[in-house]
Amino acid sequence: MLANLTSLERQYALMLAGAVALAGLAMAVVGRSDVLGVHGVIVMVFGGGLAWLVMASFYGPEPTDDRTAAYYDDPIKVGIVLSMAWAVFGMFMGVWVAALLAWPDLAFDAAWSTFGRLRPTHTTGVIFGFGGNALIATSFHVVQRTSRARLAGQLSPWFVLLGFNLFCLLAVSGYLLGVTQSKEYAEAEWYADLWLVIVWVTYFVLYIATIARRKEPHIYVANWYFMAFILVVAILHIVNNLAVPISWGQAKSYTIWPGVQDAMVQWWYGHNAVAFFLTAGFLGMLYYYLPVRAKRPIFSYRLSILSFWGITFFYMWAGSHHLHYTALPHWVQTLGMTFSVMLLVPSWASAGNALLTLNGAWHRVRDDATLRFMMAAAVFYGLSTFEGSFMAIRPVNALSHYTDWTVGHVHAGALGWVALITFGSLYTLVPSLWKRERMYSATLVEVHFWLAIAGTVIYVFAMWNSGIIQGLMWRTYTQEGALAYSFVDSLVAMYPYYIARAFGGLLFLIGAIVGCYNIWMTVRAAPLAALRSDAPVQPAAVPGE
Amino acid sequence: MSELFHRKLERSAIGFVIAIIAAASVGGIVEIAPLFTIDETVEEAPDMRLYTPLELAGRNIYVREGCYACHSQMIRTLRDEVERYGPYSLAVESRYDRPMLWGSKRTGPDLARVGGKYSDFWHVAHLNNPRDVVPESNMPAYRWLARTPLRMDDLPRHLAAQRALGVPYTEEMVENAARDAYGQATPDTDFASGVTERYGEDTTISAFDGVTTQVTEMDALVAYLQVLGRLTDAAYQNTAATEQPPEPED
Repeated sequence: MLANLTSLERQYALMLAGAVALAGLAMAVVGRSDVLGVHGVIVMVFGGGLAWLVMASFYGPEPTDDRTAAYYDDPIKVGIVLSMAWAVFGMFMGVWVAALLAWPDLAFDAAWSTFGRLRPTHTTGVIFGFGGNALIATSFHVVQRTSRARLAGQLSPWFVLLGFNLFCLLAVSGYLLGVTQSKEYAEAEWYADLWLVIVWVTYFVLYIATIARRKEPHIYVANWYFMAFILVVAILHIVNNLAVPISWGQAKSYTIWPGVQDAMVQWWYGHNAVAFFLTAGFLGMLYYYLPVRAKRPIFSYRLSILSFWGITFFYMWAGSHHLHYTALPHWVQTLGMTFSVMLLVPSWASAGNALLTLNGAWHRVRDDATLRFMMAAAVFYGLSTFEGSFMAIRPVNALSHYTDWTVGHVHAGALGWVALITFGSLYTLVPSLWKRERMYSATLVEVHFWLAIAGTVIYVFAMWNSGIIQGLMWRTYTQEGALAYSFVDSLVAMYPYYIARAFGGLLFLIGAIVGCYNIWMTVRAAPLAALRSDAPVQPAAVPGE
Repeated sequence: MSELFHRKLERSAIGFVIAIIAAASVGGIVEIAPLFTIDETVEEAPDMRLYTPLELAGRNIYVREGCYACHSQMIRTLRDEVERYGPYSLAVESRYDRPMLWGSKRTGPDLARVGGKYSDFWHVAHLNNPRDVVPESNMPAYRWLARTPLRMDDLPRHLAAQRALGVPYTEEMVENAARDAYGQATPDTDFASGVTERYGEDTTISAFDGVTTQVTEMDALVAYLQVLGRLTDAAYQNTAATEQPPEPED
């Protein structure tokens, strides 16, 4: 890990890790009568562990002088490993919470194992752990290759990657300990949120500085999306998480936003976490790895521009469709619905652009499961964005809201789009990064593909069925004009679908484990690739340098 | 022409960043800022009372356990919802709610008006093991709430933080927060009378979990559940609903 760092940078790394450990110690002391203290210990162990890792190879050989002649890939490799580890953890928690809904006694008689505490470990684990690490890793890769420049920092990529994982660790362990803001997808408490701001600003500066070094006149489209992802997530995160802690020694805080305004801010955040974390960033992946794998240029530059600005502008209006028929003023609901429907245009522009890029490469889609992962992702992206626009229409939402249909929709996007594009990208990236000829086993990629597709389809169909049945049962009247079903009647009708859903999720989890094994074996045992040129453009010597 | 413009824009990292911020800011500003300036956004409810310290502590347990993942607290303006759960929710009813707990999913029923619908005893039995009361339920059992003492020493800090954010807790309420929490769960003590003095005669004083020797998290959570939908009558006055607020059964 440290082979690329000079001894001075290793000293800085040690100081940084030491500072984190000290901050942890301070948290542990100040928060000793609160769960904050437990988090202090976790931070201390994290910082101490990193310091120990740095010490272990502190006196290793210095990097050669020409390290800038190569891309900086070490943090990307670690990011991929972390991403896959979080995938297995997050998806396992997903299967567990899914099973809890069918068999509620599949828990321990302890606070940490109840559905309410486990559920955010699943969402945070997959969205931030799996998705976030994959985004950081691929964005580091894409920005270097498309700019033909090395990352603009030696230590900062490590700070971003490991700092982000510390945030994820604090968030997930916090839920189990009962530390949460109960703001959906923004559950982590104030100190973790503050830490993420520091990490994220570093990420932004690093990214922009790397782009500023580019040897290409134009910024490639994938980088537009990664920039939008980094920038807008920062805005959303800061605004939604503004809060007043009850004391510096306690984890609990109160958000500054009350009631109806909090609802609007929360769903402005929540929906755009979908837009800029789960869509923009992954479109960045799509716009790089799909054309690379298909060996075809992007079909249309104009469609890329249209969809990028459409998504960046329209999405920010759409959050209020989560609040149809609620106490949120009607005019905001209407705006949200209108922009959600309009969003279909830029969304399908991207999906169409991706699929049309494959024209002339369909034989590769047939033969290459990696490319098929990305093709299927584009299809699911198209399907779930259509579904999303449809569900945002008020009368449709009257039926779908509060039901499993929403859960099905989210998973069509999260499994079908986000996870599939990530696996396709990682299967493209891993061999090239570790300089292997190919993945260890093409058959296992194929197996993973079909497990993932089967899991997604079973999951989504189960939730469509349960959601629509649930919504209809709630609004069914008898001939006498009374409600036909009690709430419990509708719950009883859900059980078969909850079992099916847990099974679909299990297939998807098994697929991810197969993927982990395949990546591990690729790094260990796949044949080395013949040397190809994969290096940044060297700056011409400038007088005085 | 516009393509030429874009070709220029994508040559400048800073220009691109500014363009992204500009494009992404409009929606949020247009939809969020007016919610603070348009008066009709939140209705008037002069009779609305505050959460007592015990109820607030219970609310924080509801938050901590992530109950919102399965229970909404927002009755929509749809006929079947009003008939199933009561008058549709008004914005004013959650004006003191930080965070709001409107929820997004009903694995279990809506709880916006569950206050007073069941007895304390029912709630305790239900939280201890939901399947004892509702055999078909898939809700987790929360047995450990009844054996976990409630942390009360930091309640003044909770109220002070809320006060700093504009919730009209008085200095006296902040100072007495811990005592009031204790008093609300232990009827017939000197502490109990202070609660009704400060929070109104309608405040429910009860040995919520049936045990007065210790104030537990079960006491707090049940106290909170019993006050849901009962901080104000506004929803019953301002809408065409025919129902009246239910009386607690015990």
